[in-house]
Amino acid sequence: MKYTMELAVLAVVLLFAGSFVIALNTGEHEWGGTDDQAGDVINKMTGTEYEPWADPIYEPASGEIESLFFCLQAAVGALVIGFFFGYYYRGRRINT
Amino acid sequence: MHIMEGFLPPAWCLFWFLVSAPFVVYGMYQLRILMREKREALPLLAVAGAFIFVLSSLKLPSVSGSCSHPTGTGLGAILFGPFITSILGLIVLLYQAVFLAHGGLTTLGANLFSMGIAGPLLAYAIYRGGQKVGLNTYLTVFLAAALADLFTYVVTAAQLALAFPAEAGGFVTSFIAFAAVYAVTQIPLAIIEGAVIALTFKYIIDVRSEILVRLGVLSDAVAARLQEVKA
Repeated sequence: MKYTMELAVLAVVLLFAGSFVIALNTGEHEWGGTDDQAGDVINKMTGTEYEPWADPIYEPASGEIESLFFCLQAAVGALVIGFFFGYYYRGRRINT
Repeated sequence: MHIMEGFLPPAWCLFWFLVSAPFVVYGMYQLRILMREKREALPLLAVAGAFIFVLSSLKLPSVSGSCSHPTGTGLGAILFGPFITSILGLIVLLYQAVFLAHGGLTTLGANLFSMGIAGPLLAYAIYRGGQKVGLNTYLTVFLAAALADLFTYVVTAAQLALAFPAEAGGFVTSFIAFAAVYAVTQIPLAIIEGAVIALTFKYIIDVRSEILVRLGVLSDAVAARLQEVKA
């Protein structure tokens, strides 16, 4: 089978997606980030409100701007991956 | 896995900077040798770095009801080893700390250690070990990438537990509490990451297996066999 691996990965992704159908139907979830949850655990473990002693030098002004930077990060990465795989495939076609 | 800005006591920040620094310095040294002697591998280096960029920007929801992101460091660790990967991780963490307020400059050392060093070290060890005992190459890549992802979060939980031991129960109680937040969310994401990186590895073998041989990632015999299976 030429595409065994592609199928296996597809199956994994589908399983992952399918698990949400179950998760969505079982109770309330916040779908918040684990980074923030860890902050809550710090407060619970130490028994006091933890006061961060440094602030980020720049904070995106809104959720929209934050997602802009996340998109930018993903786009740059995807461009680089696409460019080099394209470059490699083209090289192979010419050589053979 | 980011420890947020200002969320580690200064002494621990300094500690993790000191622990991480030698890896980065040695990584720079290895990178210089790579650039001088194996220039044809540089596109692959860019791909490995780009993978960390893409995967660590995806905040995926997980069945546990919270969101987290994969790390993508497994590919770099397998191709170039843990030291060069630590530099790739540093670039991504700097970007996120400066532009996104995710992670932070004070916690950079700690975050770099968990994502850029501990995870890749494990991935590298698993990959080399798996190749030595003759485990299926793709399975080895899957395991290396998935466990590196998971291990990153285990280390983050340990870092937080060291800095914030519980009043009753100390490090262990605290570690379990942090691990429950991070690791449970991360298990499904780690599996996805392992699968995606294994697939990418297949495509790299497809187009440029000779570079993998030259980097010492695959032996001649294994590369030839994998090429044949594909055809």
